[in-house]
Amino acid sequence: MLLRSPAMKQMLPAMPLATLFLVTFVVPLLVLVFLSLFRTPQFLEMGPDQYVRFFSEGFSLQVLFDTLVLGVEVALLTLLLSYPLGLAYLAASPTGRTIITFLILLPLLTSTVVRTFAWIVILGREGIVNSTMLSLGLWDQPARLLYTWGGLVVALAQIQLPLMALPVINSLLRVDRNLMKAAEGLGASQLRIFFTVILPLTLPGAIAGWLLVFAAAVTAFITQTLVGGGRMILMPLYIYQQAMGVQEWPFAAALSLIFTVAVIGIVGVIGAVSRRFMRGIDAA
Amino acid sequence: MQRSPGDHLYFGTVGLLAGFTMLLLLAPTAVVLIISFTGGITLKFPPPSWSVRWYLELLKSDEIIQPAITSLKVAVLATIGSATLGTAAALGIARSKTRLARLLDSLFMSPMVLPAMAFGLSLLLVFNMLAIRLSLATLVLGHIIICVPFVIRMVGAAVQQLNPVLIDCSISLGASRWYTFRRITFPLIRRGIVAGCFVAFLSSFDNVPISLFLADARTEVLPIKLWAILEGSLDVRVAAVSGVIVIATLIGLILAERLGGLNRQMQSR
Repeated sequence: MLLRSPAMKQMLPAMPLATLFLVTFVVPLLVLVFLSLFRTPQFLEMGPDQYVRFFSEGFSLQVLFDTLVLGVEVALLTLLLSYPLGLAYLAASPTGRTIITFLILLPLLTSTVVRTFAWIVILGREGIVNSTMLSLGLWDQPARLLYTWGGLVVALAQIQLPLMALPVINSLLRVDRNLMKAAEGLGASQLRIFFTVILPLTLPGAIAGWLLVFAAAVTAFITQTLVGGGRMILMPLYIYQQAMGVQEWPFAAALSLIFTVAVIGIVGVIGAVSRRFMRGIDAA
Repeated sequence: MQRSPGDHLYFGTVGLLAGFTMLLLLAPTAVVLIISFTGGITLKFPPPSWSVRWYLELLKSDEIIQPAITSLKVAVLATIGSATLGTAAALGIARSKTRLARLLDSLFMSPMVLPAMAFGLSLLLVFNMLAIRLSLATLVLGHIIICVPFVIRMVGAAVQQLNPVLIDCSISLGASRWYTFRRITFPLIRRGIVAGCFVAFLSSFDNVPISLFLADARTEVLPIKLWAILEGSLDVRVAAVSGVIVIATLIGLILAERLGGLNRQMQSR
């Protein structure tokens, strides 16, 4: 019998964790699905009302859409910043590389609240950007940077940058240097080498980072609420308000499920499409 | 080799952007450390004067120290729990090729992909349904699930590099399984465990989406408390807390690097 096989016996140490996951992870998520199917917070009657509400209300759809757009914009910005950093890493001396690694790990190891707080200091009315611009005479009055969409995108991009920079650098390191030398020897410009050699070969790393940043940015409750402000409602705050604020439990459950499906769906589809696309490159 | 003007422009742009990005990576941490020594009462930058008043203020702020202690307790317990269960699980599945092992691996990794708020909310709803009162224990339970993937990933990588012949040798020479684990397996995967613990501790200490639902007035944790403070006012004491966290993390990083070569673990991700 298969269950008595040595392979099963070898997996025995994993069973305590498997049991814990079943009880405190799988079952609660199933309960979440179940509870989202009730019509009222009193849990009396069942019906798809919460989902109907979500898809018929323009407001809820708009919140979901805004959140996903935020994720896309943040991920694109980190991509734009990671390549120059990665190319500098490639060209750097061993000491330079250690410094860059340290710089990348530094924000990864500082608490999210701390990093968000830093951005409040940078973007605030008396913050760094405003005081620099004012003292240079470029602006004649402080601009509102905190609680704006642009401020949020930049702050999130900086906060999530390590998630993109690490995979991009890893895949840059794997590109055969001879390919770049060959292209250079054949007279290609650096820009052309970047777009025809480096970028296609490092795409897997870029996509891996893109997905990590996207998933992190859309769920970044703290940064969204503090840098975006309480009036900018995105999915995490929306779920929190519905659950803890007005105690609309079924609607909060439905919201978090829709959000989860949307995020995992996007990550899954992009992952699958890119894998297929990569296979095409390998074959060529 | 002669470079064309276009190439000079390319190198210049890349260099400039890279420099800017490095500044961007460093700036927030530096800014937090600088502003925490401000003598003023606002977050004005650059600080009008220097002092350690906000650190002294912090020592008197029980409403911040209490959550910090709770956070440390939760993080220590969650790290111990996830390191024990996660290391055992990694030993069980990391080298197994069976379908069940792959399935378990995906299950244990899924908290990393799943938006954690959904999980936090679901745990709260289940505890409510079963009339289980929220406590430190329920909070730790939620944190363990979130921390386990880091342990499994790092320990799993170490287990995969482990030569199985060594274990077979030890067993066939008459050593017990526990003795083999203590003397052969554990020393060889220690680096993975240390790195896993380090990241698990940080992610528990920093966790928001789970604590947001599972922490109540008695188990208030630091990130949520700081968030609540900043929602209301731009309190400079948060800068001092941040300064403490940054310095503590740097010390922890150096310790973990000494113990387990964390740098290598991070880069092998």
